[in-house]
Amino acid sequence: MNTEAKVAVKSQALVGSNILAIAFAAFVGVGLIAIAGHVQATTLHDAAHDVRHATGFPCH
Amino acid sequence: MLTRILTTAIFAGFITAFLAALLQFLLVQPLLLHSELFESGVMQHFGTSGAGTPAHAELPGFDPLRDGMSVLFTAVIYTGYAFLLVAGIALASEQGHEITPRTGILWGIAGFVAVQLAPAMGLPPELPGAAAADVAARQVWWFGTVAATALGLWLVAFGRSPVIWAVALLCLAVPHIIGAPEPDVFTGPVPPEIAAHFAARALGVGLASWSILGMLAGYFWNKEA
Repeated sequence: MNTEAKVAVKSQALVGSNILAIAFAAFVGVGLIAIAGHVQATTLHDAAHDVRHATGFPCH
Repeated sequence: MLTRILTTAIFAGFITAFLAALLQFLLVQPLLLHSELFESGVMQHFGTSGAGTPAHAELPGFDPLRDGMSVLFTAVIYTGYAFLLVAGIALASEQGHEITPRTGILWGIAGFVAVQLAPAMGLPPELPGAAAADVAARQVWWFGTVAATALGLWLVAFGRSPVIWAVALLCLAVPHIIGAPEPDVFTGPVPPEIAAHFAARALGVGLASWSILGMLAGYFWNKEA
């Protein structure tokens, strides 16, 4: 493999890992919002109640 | 990249959450507490006297557990918002777009439109006791609207052809053409004056908080570069 090809492979791997990191961030974001804003478990609902209303999540 | 995303999202999310919680306690919480007096029956609207309902009431004060939970969950929610926003910023940055605190404010406003304003057009921020359709159906519409609006705004911002912009418009419009699930009957015991004030303030606080979130995300994104 010549140097140019090596660089290309390396930069492709970097792009791949960046996309993974971005997907991971989006997944964490949706997860946090779902837990704090949407899961209907009673304890969670009661604790997050005021914030759910104040941020306009569908509550109750 | 991952470190940069994590640092940006956590710092921007936590700082914004503190400010958002402060705004909530000052502007939104009093209306929420007021409405609970009607929900619990301590106060009643449309009394028989015809004299109207007194507009002022004595509200319960600071409640360490309840308000502490609110701060905690504001932090969780705004950190969640921050992760989504920074994911978008990272993707745009990958494609060569420059992110600064100034453009960050635009990102924040777009986030507000996708996550709060667009869903609020079908499901306005509601007070406790307001009538509403089945919660699962509303959540499906909520998530669908957020996703479609976010995609639509992305295509408006980064699309380069009329066809893409037409698709963007469709993404923005479809949730509202479908329409949010609505209740069969209205049962809200709270005066509409309080409900309207609450919805407007919830959105105003949301806009302020998201603008700050976007600006801070732009700032920390560059600081971590």
